[in-house]
Amino acid sequence: MKRTKLFPQLMRAAFLSFVAALVILPLLATFLGGFKTLGELRAAPFGIPSEWSFTVFVDILTGSAFWTYLRNSLIISLSAVVLTVLCASMAAYVFAQIRFFGSRYLQSYMLLGMMFPFATAIVPLFFQINRFGLLDNPLGIILPQTAFSMAFAVVLLRSFFQQLPKELFEAAYVDGCGYVGFFFRFTLPLSTPILATVGTFVFVQSWNNYLLPLVVLNEQSLFTWPLGIMQFRGEFIVEWNRILAFVSLTILPALIFFTFTQKYIVAGLTRGSVKG
Amino acid sequence: MTLTTQARPPAARRRPSGFARMRTDGSLTALILFLPPAVLLFTLFVIWPIFSAMDLSFYKWNGYGDVTNFVGLRNYEILVKNSIFHQSLFNSLKLLLASIFLQIPLALVLALLLYRKTSANTAFRLIFFAPYILAEIATGLIWSFIFDGDYGISAMVANKLGTEPFYILADKQWAFWTIIIVVVWKYFGYHMMIFIAALQAVPSDLVEAAEIDGASSLKTIWYVKLPMIMHAVKLSVLFAITGALQVFDIIIPLTNGGPSNSTHSIVSFLYTFGLARMNVGFGAAVGVVLFALCVGTAFTYKRMAIDKGGQL
Repeated sequence: MKRTKLFPQLMRAAFLSFVAALVILPLLATFLGGFKTLGELRAAPFGIPSEWSFTVFVDILTGSAFWTYLRNSLIISLSAVVLTVLCASMAAYVFAQIRFFGSRYLQSYMLLGMMFPFATAIVPLFFQINRFGLLDNPLGIILPQTAFSMAFAVVLLRSFFQQLPKELFEAAYVDGCGYVGFFFRFTLPLSTPILATVGTFVFVQSWNNYLLPLVVLNEQSLFTWPLGIMQFRGEFIVEWNRILAFVSLTILPALIFFTFTQKYIVAGLTRGSVKG
Repeated sequence: MTLTTQARPPAARRRPSGFARMRTDGSLTALILFLPPAVLLFTLFVIWPIFSAMDLSFYKWNGYGDVTNFVGLRNYEILVKNSIFHQSLFNSLKLLLASIFLQIPLALVLALLLYRKTSANTAFRLIFFAPYILAEIATGLIWSFIFDGDYGISAMVANKLGTEPFYILADKQWAFWTIIIVVVWKYFGYHMMIFIAALQAVPSDLVEAAEIDGASSLKTIWYVKLPMIMHAVKLSVLFAITGALQVFDIIIPLTNGGPSNSTHSIVSFLYTFGLARMNVGFGAAVGVVLFALCVGTAFTYKRMAIDKGGQL
């Protein structure tokens, strides 16, 4: 096994490079597209631009719409992360630490949330959000988003909390630390890896969400970036270089963020899949 | 020996979890403070809407005024007879088949090639996983450029050959293939990561034993590695099922359900014909059917494939 034959090794490298090219080329075409003129984009969609033109990037970056969309998305995503992590870890702590009547039922109840996508309930969800007066309000996205991430977050956090050493709680309890105090002073600080995993997951989900903002937001100044990008495409339907530049500018932060947090994303993915 | 009785926390004591105990040991306070936010949010925005959908689906309502026009199962009747809905169900099936026969095998091969921890492997993994992180909307836009008859691949080929460009996104017969390609492109890395995690958990002495016994690497894969990660493959198929049922964001920028409504998914059908036109009862009925499909297939599949395997 350990003797590496040359031919299979070459085949392997060729195959991997081919698949990698299939992944990278569309992204590369997107990044380069923004620097081309329309004519060149039409003639050589995948080539290096013969003359690098920065005008569309400058237009987008000096305009206010782009920054507004990004800011709105950031506010919504960060709020969803904080709210989900806080509520879910509190609930998970109770499930992991305290034995009480109905605990099992309540956990199964929360697990229901992992079984269906929120698109199934989007119609009544719209009216529910309307009833609370939260249409055209960031909270109209933050709260449902938090609610729909809750089940998954509680499951991950509970199984982590259960693995924390029991002796720790016993020792702290003897020293007069109550259940509430223990949560803030010990459980949370000891759980930073799993909190980061849950947080990153919720962030990516919220940042990329399209359907919910589409339904909730009507006011363009409140748009998140996926809505903004579709709006932008509607305005510049034939100017592909503009659209590609806009896409590049929005996916670049996501890709950078991903390279730094992929450890947590992968952890959440595999943990979730092992747990079922 | 007074020490032993003095300071044992209640959790360790084998007493029934009674209300009186909870009041004295302080766990009741934690319960009252910590549980309601999660349960309340979850009930208001997840559970309530789904029950409300079941209720609304029996009415004809345009979103204004009171809900009074009870129509019984009429919305479901219309839905069952709707040919666009049939098409969207069929499209979900196509996506699922593509996932099982294209995406998962590809992901498996890549996982087998890349699961060992070397820096080159890590780099490839990172590349293959990147599309999963991209927003569906951005992915759809990028590919709608690639497939655009005036710009992307097709324009390039047409230029080279001097032929007319092919507008695949507007072609009724081929448009859905673009969605299949994009879905495979976006999610194969996700399945690959699941398989890699499973392969890394396979005990290495098992693999080594097979090799010492003279098993070829193909045989090791077939008789040792694949059986050991079967649970991950089954789980992947489950994710593919639920995924195929709920595609939406990718379809909107690519085809928007067109041409002539041939490329809708169930969710884009729900959005276009229920929500956007304010056919509230009808949209709710589609939601209920989608809910039943998700929960139903997940349950049956779990029972048939996963629980029987007893791996989880």
